[in-house]
Amino acid sequence: MAIEMLYFAWVREKIGVEGERVDPPATVATVTDLIDWLAARGGGHAEAFEDPARLRAAVDQHFAPLDTAIAGAREIAIFPPVTGG
Amino acid sequence: MIAIGVQAEAFDPGVELTRLEALGGGGVASFTGLVRGDGGLVEMMLEHHPGMTEKAMRAVAEEAARRWPLLGIVLIHRYGPLVPGDRIVFVGTASAHRAAALEACAFLIDWLKTAAPFWKRERFADGTVHWVEAKAEDDAAAARWGG
Repeated sequence: MAIEMLYFAWVREKIGVEGERVDPPATVATVTDLIDWLAARGGGHAEAFEDPARLRAAVDQHFAPLDTAIAGAREIAIFPPVTGG
Repeated sequence: MIAIGVQAEAFDPGVELTRLEALGGGGVASFTGLVRGDGGLVEMMLEHHPGMTEKAMRAVAEEAARRWPLLGIVLIHRYGPLVPGDRIVFVGTASAHRAAALEACAFLIDWLKTAAPFWKRERFADGTVHWVEAKAEDDAAAARWGG
């Protein structure tokens, strides 16, 4: 099941792309699993996802805790805590 | 009336206040956020999640409309490169009476800071660049409104 990944702020800078299409195995059940699976690629992914406590997510354009199940998700964004206003 | 703006362009608070005054209430309140030039800041770059920003801002406005008897809400947030003195964000509320307008305005800016997908990157005169870290006091300010 392909998922459209989006990255923002320093997560985007460390990974080096604004987004990518990924196709994780069925064992990747939550956003945390997805982060761990992507970090295992090494390089920018490993650097960006080194400390999951600094990461937040949106699943299909709604903020979601990292333990959210990703079954059926089409778009998942990973980013630092927001700093607007 | 709920009006949401997510834009690179500047906005005119006077125009927005006039829109709110035209709604027939007895009170209009507003907050305008500006780029500070602290520490030799020369540019603040605002990044956002284009697919969800407007929806997230509208959800915050709808929550305010549930909590207070408001006639109108205007929320505008800019993105892109800004310089000290530039306006970043505008919150305006109109209501029959002052309390609802003032309280809703404070609620809206507190929640916007934690519930809208924006990120700030600061660039300083000495060449350093860094992403602004989220502040615990912003979370606390949002949390004081509950739910």
